[in-house]
Amino acid sequence: MATTVEAGGVREAAFDAAVAADERIEPRDWMPDAYRATLVRQIAQHAHSEIIGIQPEANWITRAPSLRRKAILMAKVQDEAGHGLYLYSAAETLGVGRDELLDKLHTGRQKYSSIFNYPTLTWADVGAIGWLVDGAAITNQVPLCRCSYGPYARAMVRICKEESFHQRQGYELLLALSQGTEAQHAMAQDAVDRWWWPSLMMFGPPDDESSHSAQSMAWKIKRHSNDELRQRFVDICVPQAEALGLTLPDPDLVWNEERGHHDFGPIDWDEFREVLRGNGPCNDERIGRRRRAHEDGAWVREAAAAYAAKHGEAKA
Amino acid sequence: MSSTDWPLWEVFVRSRRGLSHTHAGSLHAPDAEMALRNARDLYTRRAEGVSVWVVPSTAITASSPDEKDPFFASAADKPYRHPTFYTIPDGVKHL
Repeated sequence: MATTVEAGGVREAAFDAAVAADERIEPRDWMPDAYRATLVRQIAQHAHSEIIGIQPEANWITRAPSLRRKAILMAKVQDEAGHGLYLYSAAETLGVGRDELLDKLHTGRQKYSSIFNYPTLTWADVGAIGWLVDGAAITNQVPLCRCSYGPYARAMVRICKEESFHQRQGYELLLALSQGTEAQHAMAQDAVDRWWWPSLMMFGPPDDESSHSAQSMAWKIKRHSNDELRQRFVDICVPQAEALGLTLPDPDLVWNEERGHHDFGPIDWDEFREVLRGNGPCNDERIGRRRRAHEDGAWVREAAAAYAAKHGEAKA
Repeated sequence: MSSTDWPLWEVFVRSRRGLSHTHAGSLHAPDAEMALRNARDLYTRRAEGVSVWVVPSTAITASSPDEKDPFFASAADKPYRHPTFYTIPDGVKHL
């Protein structure tokens, strides 16, 4: 027993040293159980968010106002599916199965980002999602490219490269509307009014209420606090909104010379918690749709497997 | 049959002619042909590749991290394998 504990201590010291030296932890390395569990939870939630995030945007593919916009939106949605797959693969390197992860999503035992429980009511919402939701995601994700877990960091590098197009197409879409007719401008403003606050919530609860933050930062899974990233995002968005000719729906939003940052109004965390609890506008719809898609696709998976078995190629 | 019954494949992409294939990531697929098609859609959506290899993950034999030190140690104490090990007088050219 004594030797086991001692061996564990040596492995733990090696892990701590690797993290401290900013080296990456790789799948076959020893790692603390809690580190593994934290990563599985975070990467799975991230993967689920990517594939659930397809739904609010796919809602507008058939109604995109031009062939150009339609092609762009389809490419974006295909990217989101791809991002989900990169992340599921990264999660699987930690010893969990793909089906297990999907099952946990379908039964509500693992979460996805609350932002996707809001509806896309107008075409301008596609622009607001690209600019604000993807913008917030990028602010969160860029530091994850240096996450201590190698496969997650590598997936994030790939994802961040691709997200840049997502954000820019959204911004361009909003700009076109903002500079269009009065009705189009109003539609763009309405979308920004509805997506601004939920986008700020994407950074998670305030630092003093965030249950996982301190440990994740110690493990270098996370590099910046929720509030720090939220502030960064607000500061980035203010001049971008001005260039769009749109306003952000916060009367308290003002430049604070002393801090060198924008002050902004209080976030409605009760709303955040309600959506998290499953009481957002689209929670049931999103999960219902996902489950149906999975069930409706079963015959395709079975057919592919049967074909592979017949040709003797599947070596499971 | 569920997707976890599908084998895992490692994907290697040659980004352009003249370069080696590099590991891009992994995916599940029922057979090699589907793995190739999925790899194209997943890893080369922006013309990142001119050639793709897929290899069943089970076919890869890996050195274990536990044996990292002894396995690679013999290379670490042979600095004389590097050109910088040797002292050459100033002014001597093409060496």
